[in-house]
Amino acid sequence: MFNDLSFDLGVGELLWVEGENGSGKTSLLRILAGLAPAEAGEVSWRGAPARTLGEDFARELLFLGHANGLKDDLTVTENLRYAARLGGIPATAATIGAAVSAVGLAHRAHLAVRHLSQGQRRRAALARLWLDGARALWILDEPFAALDADSIERLAARIGAHLDQGGAAVLTSHQEVAVAARRIQHLRLAN
Amino acid sequence: MRDAFLAVFSRDVVQAWRRRADWFTTMFFFVVVVTLFPLGVGPESGMLKAIAPGVLWVAALLAAMLSLPRVFAADHADGTLEQLLLVPQPLTVLVLGKVAAHWLLSGLPLALMAPVLGLQFGLGGEALGVLFLALLIGTPCLSLIGAIGAALTLGLRGGGVLIALLVLPLYIPVLIFGSGAIDAVAAGTGASAHLSLLAACCLVALAVSPWATAAALRIALE
Repeated sequence: MFNDLSFDLGVGELLWVEGENGSGKTSLLRILAGLAPAEAGEVSWRGAPARTLGEDFARELLFLGHANGLKDDLTVTENLRYAARLGGIPATAATIGAAVSAVGLAHRAHLAVRHLSQGQRRRAALARLWLDGARALWILDEPFAALDADSIERLAARIGAHLDQGGAAVLTSHQEVAVAARRIQHLRLAN
Repeated sequence: MRDAFLAVFSRDVVQAWRRRADWFTTMFFFVVVVTLFPLGVGPESGMLKAIAPGVLWVAALLAAMLSLPRVFAADHADGTLEQLLLVPQPLTVLVLGKVAAHWLLSGLPLALMAPVLGLQFGLGGEALGVLFLALLIGTPCLSLIGAIGAALTLGLRGGGVLIALLVLPLYIPVLIFGSGAIDAVAAGTGASAHLSLLAACCLVALAVSPWATAAALRIALE
């Protein structure tokens, strides 16, 4: 799908992966997250192969894929509470409520996810960035898809704040969105 | 680690409770299949008593198997399985949480219902007690082995039939010792030997299944 690919992602930096449908953006992100093995080559994290780090790498990684990772029958709040418990981060009703408000779903917080629109589901999934955002590396697959202009702006600001606090992020997007970062690398995958 | 186990377990239980119709169909299947036999075979009590252990156990195996695709398939579809793989906890512990939830939702109700259904076959009090005990010990084994099959067939076409082909042969020891325990009561030799062997099967499954399932899940999601 792609070869001869190499990049470094430093503190406060953003890697913007571009390319047509089917060019391997999602595959690259899954390889970076450790969900799929690379046919050749290696992903390193803080100088060590990410593969060998296991849970230490997982603790610093926040991955949001194509699928939202939400349970349809649970409410937005419940979904976030379980995500926090699994991630081992302390989450109170207040912090979850704040995360839900940050994505503009406060009035939908106690609604089962299956009653939400596509864009609202995406926002519910993205609420994890506010709840669980202390992790150093964010890998986001099409985070801006299905969002309205207002939400895109808020998300871009959140990513900017994360980078400002010494984080790093990798994301794919078809849209041009202005994100404040020390350095933005663009990686264009050819088909 | 314990919190992650409990989180997976309670999420599955809460979610299943909101979709309880799905689980009730499995239980209803068990009731209907078991009830068909006295109706089909006729009311001769000697015959019914003789076939009761086998019928109840085979129906329990099939009912447990029917609910298996639900263990991972929905999580796979909505992306929660992907997130589970990225949780900074051993995947085996999370798998055990899911298996425990599956047992609570399918195995335990089977064990609770079986003695009532056993009455239709004219089983005596002691045999009904052993039937309950055998199912209580044996159903965790069904969930553990079933999880391997569910993980291996994840995302495959015709996964439901494949699960049956994979899992049912592995259920044979459970079937033999489980129904053997009830037969042993009828023969007057006592059921403890069979129940011990059944428990041994469960311990082997407990030692193998979480790792095999975790490995199968990682492969399925590559």
